[in-house]
Amino acid sequence: MTTETATTGASLAGAPVRRGPRPALRGRPLGARRLRRLLAWVFVTPLLVVNLLVVTGPGLASVYYSFTDWDGLNAPGFVGLANYAEMLRSDAVGTALVHNVLWTLFFLVVPMTMGLVGAFLLSRLRRNQAFFRVLYFVPYVLATVVSAAVWRQLLDPDGGVAAALSTLGLPFLDPLADVNFLGNPSLALGSVAFVNTWQWWGFLLVIFLASMQSVDPALYEAVRLDGAGPVREFWHITLPMIRPTLVFLGLMTIIWSFLVFDYVYVLTQGGPAGSTDVLSTVLYREAFQNQRHGYASAVAMLLSVISAATVLGYLALRRRLRWDV
Amino acid sequence: MSAPRTSILRPSAPRPSALRPARPVAGRRRAQPVTWIVLGLLAVYALGPLLVLAANSLKSSREIDTNPLGPPQSWSWSNFAGAWERAHMGGALLNSSLIALATAAGVAVIATTAAYAMTRLGLPGGGAWILWLLVSSSLPIQLFLVPLVSWWSFLGLYNQPIGLVIIYWAVYSPFATLLVRAFLVGMPREYEEAARLDGAGELGVFTRIVLPMVRPAVLTAALVAGLQAYNEFMLAVTFIQDRDLQPVALSLYSFQQGFTTDWSLVSAAGLLMALPVVVLFLMMQRTFIDGYVSRGIAV
Repeated sequence: MTTETATTGASLAGAPVRRGPRPALRGRPLGARRLRRLLAWVFVTPLLVVNLLVVTGPGLASVYYSFTDWDGLNAPGFVGLANYAEMLRSDAVGTALVHNVLWTLFFLVVPMTMGLVGAFLLSRLRRNQAFFRVLYFVPYVLATVVSAAVWRQLLDPDGGVAAALSTLGLPFLDPLADVNFLGNPSLALGSVAFVNTWQWWGFLLVIFLASMQSVDPALYEAVRLDGAGPVREFWHITLPMIRPTLVFLGLMTIIWSFLVFDYVYVLTQGGPAGSTDVLSTVLYREAFQNQRHGYASAVAMLLSVISAATVLGYLALRRRLRWDV
Repeated sequence: MSAPRTSILRPSAPRPSALRPARPVAGRRRAQPVTWIVLGLLAVYALGPLLVLAANSLKSSREIDTNPLGPPQSWSWSNFAGAWERAHMGGALLNSSLIALATAAGVAVIATTAAYAMTRLGLPGGGAWILWLLVSSSLPIQLFLVPLVSWWSFLGLYNQPIGLVIIYWAVYSPFATLLVRAFLVGMPREYEEAARLDGAGELGVFTRIVLPMVRPAVLTAALVAGLQAYNEFMLAVTFIQDRDLQPVALSLYSFQQGFTTDWSLVSAAGLLMALPVVVLFLMMQRTFIDGYVSRGIAV
């Protein structure tokens, strides 16, 4: 793990990993080196072509289209900053942004806590670790549409878990009858986030576990000799030692939370009444239902700026605080 | 890359009993049930919904109304035939398998050749390539989605499975390249040098020496890419319109959208979609998990 982050860090800092001509090659004819150079370009061509065609090219085109009134069919006309001005005034974008922020907070707290606690408890088992790890990871390999199919039934107002609990005869569970988790505007966003958490937290657990396993056991022995219990071990050894992973996954959580699309689109399509709209569903609707490609590109730029700002903030933290992350 | 591979399954804190007696042993023993209870609850949370899905896939649509969560009273296997027919699962599963295989194979080729060029063939540019890979693997799909639809229509790739596969190649190959590259960086060059001194050509060195050695990393990268392609939703729903060309994610999606949804059939269809992935995952769980762990840590 440390080697990995080290490599990534070094390359981010712009230190090219290159070597001069190796002694074994020096005696060979010049043609061999040129051949290798040529082969290098041939070998990198597939990556270059698909990336330029799919990611870099259209990505740059998006920057341009965000300044136009393009509808996807006719020639785009330049409108300056009009899309951005409209976006900043738009209630839909504002509401969606708030939902994205709430989503981010939810995912920074709920799945993170579940993953951390689960991984910590699992790391203390001497046996069956691999078994539980596989078990918790199963939901993560499932498709969004599969877990949506599962949870639509479990959250159903008539046949779901809440309805079943309300029939148990316990008075404090009675209000759970007829709760429409996905259809009630004040519950829908939380319900979608909850469904996504079910699929997501096992991934966090597995990565936290891998990170915890690289902590030096001697550290635990030391605090244990001081009489520390599991809670203190967690706060004083585990959390500080896995901080790089924690910060990294926190960063990825923020980025992914602003890009979330699948669960919202599959479960509620942004409804009811826009109560689960996020930036991605607004973008999608503007682009492919309202044919406002130019405006949608401006929303895409907002998403990209948020992602980029998060990464830059992370890099700044790394440099400023000299965090080893 | 190989360091976490061995360490993942190692119990984290082997506790030599000689170092233990600072605390009363009873304290440790009392802590254990709590651990087991929490881990058990988490296991129920992870697997319970899947058991409900499996149970509901065997109930008749009438039984599901009266008994939505319990085990099935009578097993109606005909749900699977019904779902197969009505959700077009046969064709959709075939489409998805082909898309996943083509994605996995393409990503493996793209990533391996590119990583080899970067680490061994002296590709000019050095660290700039890695920066470019990092940036393009973290760019939001939403950024290039809108223009890509127009470009793909123009190129005749819209509503074509191969068009979708090309997008998956592009989206999944940066991470795969970084993964294979990290593996190659940690691999000794002596075998290649020796083969060259023995007169092997550049292609021979690549195919006979390097490929067999990087196979674990390539397999991991390909598996992760194939699984992601099989499960992917946003790009599929944007780029495939014809029902006959739909991957299984889309047919399951439209099957659960209707107003009068038959949940026993949806459950059966969902299980049909999930089963191949779960079986494959259980068979190759270490490869899968290592791939995802490196995704979480390295990129």
